[in-house]
Amino acid sequence: MEKKPAKKSPGGVSRRDFIKGMGTGALGTAVLPPLLGQTIPTKKGRVPVYDKKTIALTVNGQKVGLAVEANETLLDVLRDKLDLTGAKRVCDRGECGGCTVLLDGAPVYACMYLAIRADGKAVKTVEGLAAGDKLHPVQEAFIEKDGYQCGFCTPGFLMTTSAFLEKNPAPSLDEIKQALSGNLCRCGNYAKIYGAVDAAAKKLRGA
Amino acid sequence: MREFKIAEPRTMDELAALLAESEEPVAMMAGGTDLIDELKSGVATAGLVVDLRTVAGLAGITPEKDGLRVGVMTRVVELAEDAVVARDYPSLKEAALSLATPQLRNVGTVGGNLCQRPRCWYYRDPQVVCRKKGGFNCFAFQGRNKYHAIFGGSGCFIVCPSDLAPALISLGAKATIGTAKGDKVVALEQFYAPPEVDVTRENVLAKGQFLKDVRVPAPKAGQRAAYVKLKERGTWDFALVSAAVAGVVNDGAFAEIAVVMGGVAPTPWRLRKAEDALRGKPVSEALVRQAAEAALKDASPMRENGFKADLVFAALKEAVMAAAA
Repeated sequence: MEKKPAKKSPGGVSRRDFIKGMGTGALGTAVLPPLLGQTIPTKKGRVPVYDKKTIALTVNGQKVGLAVEANETLLDVLRDKLDLTGAKRVCDRGECGGCTVLLDGAPVYACMYLAIRADGKAVKTVEGLAAGDKLHPVQEAFIEKDGYQCGFCTPGFLMTTSAFLEKNPAPSLDEIKQALSGNLCRCGNYAKIYGAVDAAAKKLRGA
Repeated sequence: MREFKIAEPRTMDELAALLAESEEPVAMMAGGTDLIDELKSGVATAGLVVDLRTVAGLAGITPEKDGLRVGVMTRVVELAEDAVVARDYPSLKEAALSLATPQLRNVGTVGGNLCQRPRCWYYRDPQVVCRKKGGFNCFAFQGRNKYHAIFGGSGCFIVCPSDLAPALISLGAKATIGTAKGDKVVALEQFYAPPEVDVTRENVLAKGQFLKDVRVPAPKAGQRAAYVKLKERGTWDFALVSAAVAGVVNDGAFAEIAVVMGGVAPTPWRLRKAEDALRGKPVSEALVRQAAEAALKDASPMRENGFKADLVFAALKEAVMAAAA
């Protein structure tokens, strides 16, 4: 785990403490009713139906259990219930990539994914990218190559890039552009972002 | 987002029964990447969202002796990265890769793409009650219609937004429709229904029915195919016009050919007159121009979408040349 004590948020509870606390929350769910749902009778049997459901997922390596509404997105839950605000709510309609997180290792738009479906899955947000105080090589490369201007879209770019480089460790410029086509930067900093991805690939390859 | 309940049927029997017996408006959710937008905006009014992901047997790509079975819950990324698809159906791979973004392909499904609701901005505006939503007017006809249909618009001028549909239809794919009384198999081309059949939906699925899979026949000896998508942005865009061409080439001429376009009509649009013009003659740019002109006799462009006629020729030329090369 991290060596330095985590910074306290204004509310007195650090994000890390909160996440740690949720580890015990997961144990707590074992004694809750596992389902908050009902069933709809049909001629072929009763079909489970939910307006709320208790789900268990792994967020940045920590087990989390919580109740979610049927109409909550993964982004709603990450930002509003788990206090993980790294994934940004920008367009909120799957068009900008600011909310990109990794779901079982694959980049997805958290704003267009119902939280109820994340049951049993592993979610990684930008908060989980660094190893303690050691930045991820993709984060280092974005800093070194100025791969951002205002920085608002950066968490999404970092998540997409980190997953992409695991699949394709030595991408061409065109492959980088295609891989990042689902992330928009309204500062228009694409040239430096592509350079940062290239630098990150080299770091990860040890080149 | 509006409030709704989520049903999680576990079997196709449960799914069919639930769809048939539900008294409240139901929306089937495949990947959900577009449905969630409709639920947020209020265009979708379902009180019950039926999650197809929990239904056993709807996902996966299965090679069979007479072709390939693709379950509707197969994610687009799986289709795009499948080795058999890459080897036997490169135009289908191209269509899958041309679609949306990596993030959407990781969640979006084959069935969702085939059944995606139109992108027409009047339909997508929750304030507008157009014919598709039970109103009396198509606002695109008199209004802004740059992205609308030049073929087959009959009181509703949406275009089919799917990239997979033209490619699959050109390859001769069939669709399996699940119902409470058993499966029904139709040519994928016949799965789509024009506005004059029922303006409120884009396919033949009736209450209680769902799309189960598509089956692509084994490639014929010497089969050639191409998918070309013309769009305003370099990536991440719906087609202005797309062309899927598949056939068998002998001595520089198509012995067999199917031409299907996206972005031009309310359904994937088969250009039979172009096929007739191209069949059996040595491929050349002049021949493709004749074929496009023959097909465009059926076109009725509106005030802002006449450019699509030029794109029909451009997409056809690029696809035919790529397939014949």
